[in-house]
Amino acid sequence: MASNKKYWKSVEELTNNSLVETISKNEFVEEIPTDEFLGNKEALENSSTSRRDFLKYMGFTTAAATLAACEGPVKKSIPYVVKPNDLIVGVADWYATAIADGYDFANVLVKTREGRPILVMPNKEAGGTTNARVQASVLSLYDEKLRLKEPRKGGDVISWNEAHKQIGTELERLKNEEKPVVLLTGTLASPSTEKIIAEFIEKYPNVKHVTYDAISEDGALTAFEAMYGKRALPNYHLDKAKTIVSFGADFLGDWHGGFEKGYAASRKPEGGKMSYHVQFEANMSLTGANADKRVVTKPSDQVFALINLYNAITGDSLPSKSTPVDDQVKKAAKELLKSGSKGVVVTSSNDENVQVIAYAINEILQSEVFDAANPLYIRKGKDVEVAKLVADMKAGRVGGLITYNVNPVYSLALGSDFAEALNKLSLSVAMSVQDDATAAATQFTLPMSHFLESWGDVMVRERNYGLVQPTINKLFNTAQLQEVLLKWSGNTTSYYDYLKTYWSDEVLKGQSWNQALHDGFHKIEVESEVSKSEIDLTTAAAAIVATTKPSGFELTLYSSTALGDGKQANNPWLQELPDPITRASWDNYLTMSIADAKELGFSNPVKDNGAINGQYATVTVNGVTLEKIPVMVQPGQAKGSVGLALGYGRATNLKEEMQIGVNAYALYKNANPVQYNVKIENAGGKHEFACIQVQKTIAGRHDILKETTLKEYLTVDPKDHHHGWNKPAYVSYDHKEVEAKTIDLWDEHNREIGHHFNLSIDLNTCTGCGACVVACHAENNVPVVGKREMRVGRDMHWLRIDRYYSSEVETREEAKEMGLSGGDLFKVLETEAENPEVTFQPMMCQHCNHAPCETVCPVAATTHGRQGQNQMTYNRCVGTRYCANNCPYRVRRFNWFNYADNNEFDFNMNNEYGKMVLNPDVVVRSRGVMEKCSMCIQMTQATILKAKKEGRKIEAGEFSTACSDACATGALVFGDVNNKEEEIVKLKEDKRAYHVLDYIGTKPNVVYQVKVRNTNEA
Amino acid sequence: MKSVYLHNRISKLLLKSVTFVLLFLMSFSVYSQDVDEAKQGEGKKLFKSLCASCHKLDKKLVGPALAGVEERRENDWLKKWIRNNAELRASGDRDAVAIYDEYNGANMNAFPQLTDQDIDNILYYTTVGDPRSKASESTEVVATTQKEAPGWLIYILAAIIVTAFLIIASLLKTISELKGAPKTPGLLGNLHELWIGVKQNTFLHVVGTIFFLLVAAYIGFGSLFSVGVDQGYQPIQPIAFSHKIHAGDNQIDCQYCHSSAKHSKHSGIPSVNVCMNCHKNISEVAENTVLVTEEKTYRKADLDKEIQKIYKAAGWNSETLEYTGETEPIKWIRIHNLPDFAYFNHSQHVTVAGVACQKCHGPVETMEELYQFSPLTMGWCIDCHRETKVDLKGNEYYQKIHEQLAKKYGVEQVTAAQLGGLECGKCHY
Repeated sequence: MASNKKYWKSVEELTNNSLVETISKNEFVEEIPTDEFLGNKEALENSSTSRRDFLKYMGFTTAAATLAACEGPVKKSIPYVVKPNDLIVGVADWYATAIADGYDFANVLVKTREGRPILVMPNKEAGGTTNARVQASVLSLYDEKLRLKEPRKGGDVISWNEAHKQIGTELERLKNEEKPVVLLTGTLASPSTEKIIAEFIEKYPNVKHVTYDAISEDGALTAFEAMYGKRALPNYHLDKAKTIVSFGADFLGDWHGGFEKGYAASRKPEGGKMSYHVQFEANMSLTGANADKRVVTKPSDQVFALINLYNAITGDSLPSKSTPVDDQVKKAAKELLKSGSKGVVVTSSNDENVQVIAYAINEILQSEVFDAANPLYIRKGKDVEVAKLVADMKAGRVGGLITYNVNPVYSLALGSDFAEALNKLSLSVAMSVQDDATAAATQFTLPMSHFLESWGDVMVRERNYGLVQPTINKLFNTAQLQEVLLKWSGNTTSYYDYLKTYWSDEVLKGQSWNQALHDGFHKIEVESEVSKSEIDLTTAAAAIVATTKPSGFELTLYSSTALGDGKQANNPWLQELPDPITRASWDNYLTMSIADAKELGFSNPVKDNGAINGQYATVTVNGVTLEKIPVMVQPGQAKGSVGLALGYGRATNLKEEMQIGVNAYALYKNANPVQYNVKIENAGGKHEFACIQVQKTIAGRHDILKETTLKEYLTVDPKDHHHGWNKPAYVSYDHKEVEAKTIDLWDEHNREIGHHFNLSIDLNTCTGCGACVVACHAENNVPVVGKREMRVGRDMHWLRIDRYYSSEVETREEAKEMGLSGGDLFKVLETEAENPEVTFQPMMCQHCNHAPCETVCPVAATTHGRQGQNQMTYNRCVGTRYCANNCPYRVRRFNWFNYADNNEFDFNMNNEYGKMVLNPDVVVRSRGVMEKCSMCIQMTQATILKAKKEGRKIEAGEFSTACSDACATGALVFGDVNNKEEEIVKLKEDKRAYHVLDYIGTKPNVVYQVKVRNTNEA
Repeated sequence: MKSVYLHNRISKLLLKSVTFVLLFLMSFSVYSQDVDEAKQGEGKKLFKSLCASCHKLDKKLVGPALAGVEERRENDWLKKWIRNNAELRASGDRDAVAIYDEYNGANMNAFPQLTDQDIDNILYYTTVGDPRSKASESTEVVATTQKEAPGWLIYILAAIIVTAFLIIASLLKTISELKGAPKTPGLLGNLHELWIGVKQNTFLHVVGTIFFLLVAAYIGFGSLFSVGVDQGYQPIQPIAFSHKIHAGDNQIDCQYCHSSAKHSKHSGIPSVNVCMNCHKNISEVAENTVLVTEEKTYRKADLDKEIQKIYKAAGWNSETLEYTGETEPIKWIRIHNLPDFAYFNHSQHVTVAGVACQKCHGPVETMEELYQFSPLTMGWCIDCHRETKVDLKGNEYYQKIHEQLAKKYGVEQVTAAQLGGLECGKCHY
């Protein structure tokens, strides 16, 4: 059955049918404000500069500029005094290390040039994956604005020795007076550091170590501890899953650190073994967007639905309440029972009772997916202890506080109380990488090294160790937590020696340290056993029923794909990364269902230039009021619920452009992401979103996306003229229907000599996470343009991830019977917009073999290479923008300004530190030229050159691009189609393969794989 | 006693003077006539390869100066010492221990592989010294660069002469007219009439204008094209470094210093420690070295000062022969400046293609002061890509593609251009 789906990009597009046309007409209009300038006759006459003067000035400046241009500047070449032995200038070195900033944990490889880290990529050998934040972390290293540079006391710079002396004295005093001191850290997951802390506590027995996660997963930890005796998070092997039922858990986002790799492995339709994924959720999350079945469920209903699922599976009758989604719960139960040990249930709730029930279901299913034996250690925070600390501090029961890499003043719901309570302490020390609000509020501020400047170790999973090694000398006068604590404990060993000894004793046990350092990880294969205690589920369920008392709106606080817990809020790459769902950047906002928005009078009108606006809401939760929260109408949001991203609204020492959004932590009471009894008022006003949601219209070409169901995929011939789900395009030629590819405006070229690059993008396994977008930023020196420019559609992303909503009218016949067409059809679709399906489509230059852009360039600045790359020669480009107008894929980006060395764009390219992240192999483009994806030609050329130098053939799998390297799920595969051993060859011929808009005959070198949804239900 | 004393004094003086004369004669003969050049050459070779890192003839380095060492020590003792000085010291030889202590226990390498003949050759060399170079005997040839007057000066001079001649002629005529001679139209008058004729001829106007515009366009276009082309750029470097002395006279391989050329896009400016590999031992130039640059002629004293600049950069104390740790990088002036938008990779050309450095950089080994030899324009690049046949021997990477391309173009060996070396994206990204 041919898909009769209609794709749309925004709610406005559904309601306002003429919009598409208006916007497509205005897509590149940029009127010169002549009226403003010349219309005001009076002003012109009063001007002190006459026409003659103007001509004189102009003549002089032109002549002066010409003369000045004749003499080239003198450039210096400054070599090293002593060149490091293993460094060759101009050749990149890679180091294996690991990131562990308390929120993101990953084994990574770091590319350095002349001693500067410039790119972070997953360490695939170690099973590492990167998300957008890990990719962007390299830029935070060079954040000269926010990073702490010197030790300070009360705002004055002091020396390290002085700081050690004064803090040491105070610690001794507190120890003698037996006053408690608290060491407050984020999750460390570092065995050696934990040992150092234990030794520090041995020396100062009055010290207590409290772990605090800004975004807490305490419920899951406590439940796991109660059932399995360890304070850890269970691991989920989603690659083994057949049925996945999630209650609000965004496991493709940040829940438990993300499981996109395993998930994607279970989503391959080949052989029909694709998993079935049901998501019960309120906010439209990344995970929900990828689900086969997304059931819109309010947070309060989610917990009861989970208990009902338990009851449906076991036949028990735990106390619960009925929910509107109970029939879906029953279906899910049936699927789970059918899948047996290959089924799994997850929930995002931070209530241990809810987690206990989810674990119990997995135990009953004897789920292979659920792994309690090898748990994860990436969250350790204990909410009770944090709450007690704040209470004790307020009551004056604490003598001193030492924080490490946490920012409670910003990220606690009662941050201001915390800041006040800090004054009651006789010692307060902030050890931090960033000069954040907490660092500003403490007596002593000790600058910490970034993870790329540090030694260290991590244990993310049981017996899975990672090593952290420095990739650059310290940029500022910083130290590491471990060094400082060793010093305070009176241990004179350097942390490097300590770490090495610890590893050889506890981890390596005779194996090579150098090998472990080279690999960046070490695994010890031991079968773990797990002891399980029985929990009384009836009590748990009763507790849930007793505590879940919803009223008013229900608010779900979530971590956004870009900013996470807000640690890297001063990172322009992340601020500019559009949210995968709303496609808005540089903001957080209240997501609201279409129905609620209508009721409360919220809307997102679209302006002529494609930008969207919104109104502000005033939100009150249990006495706390947040004002001026912009509202985004979100299809798929549960009615009666709203969502708001954490991590925004930071101000202390952030660049002005980055002080954006509202601080949702203020509403994060008791570290509970779900808040009931929320009151929302429409405060009106006009908020300007930087949302690239509708700027790029698809102008009615609704076959950009192809998707099918698993059943059709397995049974129907894809090329079938009537029912095929991947049938070729037909066009009318000479009054006959012929296959589109038989007709061509261009001459065919032989593509069989040498390399010919293709990129395959699997719409099934692309989760929309955005890691590739940031990787592209880093690799290709893509500039950041800021909110104002993003708003008017001048984003510079070479690679964007389009998000399409879709809704299905049951059958074509039905649509005809309904007598629907055009706009009416959209109106019917609006009701379906309450819960649309979502498809992500990464879109970059398609490198057409018959490229329309090349044909229209008057100066031949864009040409085709024999290796399949559509080449853009910046120095040749004169900026006519004909190519962009003639590109059917809207992937060309115009440099409206100089984005480097320009105070108007005060991002990383405007300061000496930020520029260190630039890739020296790729030019920084200047104003007035077009740019676009080059298929990382600098990387393919480097691979070729390496083979040439070694005098050998290129092996399969050697070629890659930044996006394909960064992709955790393997959705992006790059390679040479003329090498028959490459994976890309198979993918290009796969029955799911198609080209976007293939009927235009552009013959792209980017091939997409049809999305398959598993709609098989019991 | 007195006389004896006197006699003694006189005889001593005599003896001294005779010795002096003898020595003088000997040295003269040694230097001018009786040098066994084969022995000297052999000795010098061995000295340079084995001894020169720690010894000089005339100067203390790590070890003592060795000129005339044969006179200070017994030949046998020297042989023992050179073969295995540690053994000699262990045997309790007083001199050996004394010299070891004098040089703060610096261990000299043992050279058991040297034959008696080898050692004798070396010792012979330490006695007779360096062969006298022929260059120093002949008078110095200092290249005097005569600045040629540019062409346009000549034209201006000619114009001035012609104008002066015309003025004189007209003055003479006026004088003769004033004296009462009859008014004749004269040369100037004729010219004047001709000019009036030209002025009234429209056709000539049009032709003249077109001609003028064409010439202006040609010159303008040419001069605009030369903007940013710095062929011949020869800045004054912070150290008067002569490629001629290093790469030419001393035959140092280009890639000894520019070692990353074969691995990297950059050829690399050598770091100061690379200079010190040799200059740790070479603190001064040979006696008659002369370096002539456009600005200045450097002689030994000047050049030795230039070497001191390296020591300053490296933080090397040439008295105590120790590194002080106070370093400062040398700020060379970059001569070859490609714009950022052009990607060039040395290793592709040096390692893969085997292009000689001189192909682009010119006869560097003859340049006393380095200058930009090639225009480094895009036209220059692609001309070479068009002409250069790709050397594929033994490089497996090229096998298949070359076979296919050779067939396609019907040639035996394809050029860089045919391999895709003219595609914009190969250099611009």
